[in-house]
Amino acid sequence: MSEHVDIDKQVRIYFMVFGALMVGTAATVGAYYLDVSVPVALTIGLFIASVKASLVACFFMHLIDEKKIIYWTLALTVAFFIALMALPLLTSVTDQVGEFAEVEAHEPH
Amino acid sequence: MEIPYTVEAHPETGLNNGKIGIWLFLTSEVMLFGALFATFIMLRIGSDGNWAAMQAEAELNILLATVNTLVLIASSLTMVMAWASLMRGQLGRFKLFGWLTVGCGGVFLVIKYFEYTAKFAHDHYPESSTFLAIYFAMTGLHALHVIGGMAWNAYFTGPGSKLFHTNRQWLTDRVEHSGLFWHFVDLVWIFLFPVFYLL
Repeated sequence: MSEHVDIDKQVRIYFMVFGALMVGTAATVGAYYLDVSVPVALTIGLFIASVKASLVACFFMHLIDEKKIIYWTLALTVAFFIALMALPLLTSVTDQVGEFAEVEAHEPH
Repeated sequence: MEIPYTVEAHPETGLNNGKIGIWLFLTSEVMLFGALFATFIMLRIGSDGNWAAMQAEAELNILLATVNTLVLIASSLTMVMAWASLMRGQLGRFKLFGWLTVGCGGVFLVIKYFEYTAKFAHDHYPESSTFLAIYFAMTGLHALHVIGGMAWNAYFTGPGSKLFHTNRQWLTDRVEHSGLFWHFVDLVWIFLFPVFYLL
C-alpha cells in the first residue's frame, strides 16, 4: 500500500466494506432459497462470492493501491489459475465429443 | 550482518522483502486451492448426477456455516483495524484488535469442531462419499490455514509487539503481511461456503 494514506478515511472504507460483505453473505444465503435451476443458482452464488472476494482483495488487502510488480505477479497467477480451471472443463468437453463420435460411428447410415 | 530492505523499499520493486515474500507465497496458495477447486469441479462433473444426493446425505449445517462466514468477515475487519491502530501509533488498540482477530479464528475453529463431530457421530467420514472426501479435504486444509494465521497473529500481538518500542514501522509492516495472509484465508472461505453448503 502507498506510504501516504489517510487512515481515518481508510477506516471509514473498511467499515463500509464490512457492511457490504455482511449484505453479500445474506444475499448468498437468500439466493439458496430461490426456486431456480442449478445453473442459475450456481451463477448467482458464484457471482456474489466473486464480488465479496473482490471487495476483500481490493480494500482489506489494499490491492486497489498497490505497486505494479504485485499486479504483474497476480496477473501471471490468474493466467495459470484460469488454465488450471480450464483443464477439468476441457476434459469434460473432450469426453462428450468422444461419446458423440462413438454414437455417430454406430448409427446406420 | 544487517539484512537490507526489511523496512525500506527495494529500489527495483518499490517494496520491502516481506511484502514481496508474502505475495509470492499467496500466489502459490492460489494454485494450491486452485488445484483443489479444479478437483472439485471434476468430481462434480463426473458424479453422473449423484452430486445433489451426496450433498443432501452429508446434511451440512447451513446455519453454522453462515455464522462462521460472518465470524471470518468480522475477523478481517478487526485485522485491518489492528493494522490501522499501529499506523496511528496506538499500541493498546492494536493489541485489542489483534486478540479479537485471534479470538474470531478460535470461534471459527470451535464451530468447525462441532460441525465435524456431528458428521462423525452420523458415521459421515471422508471415505463415506466423494462429496464428503473433497469437503473434508478442502475445509480441513482451510482450517489448518486458520490455525497458522492465528499463531502468526498471536505472536505479533503478544511477544512480537515489543518491536513497537524499537522499530514501529517494521512491526506495522509485519502486521500488514500477516493481515494479507489472514484476508486470503477469509477469501478462500468466501468461495468454500457457497460451493459446499449452498450450491
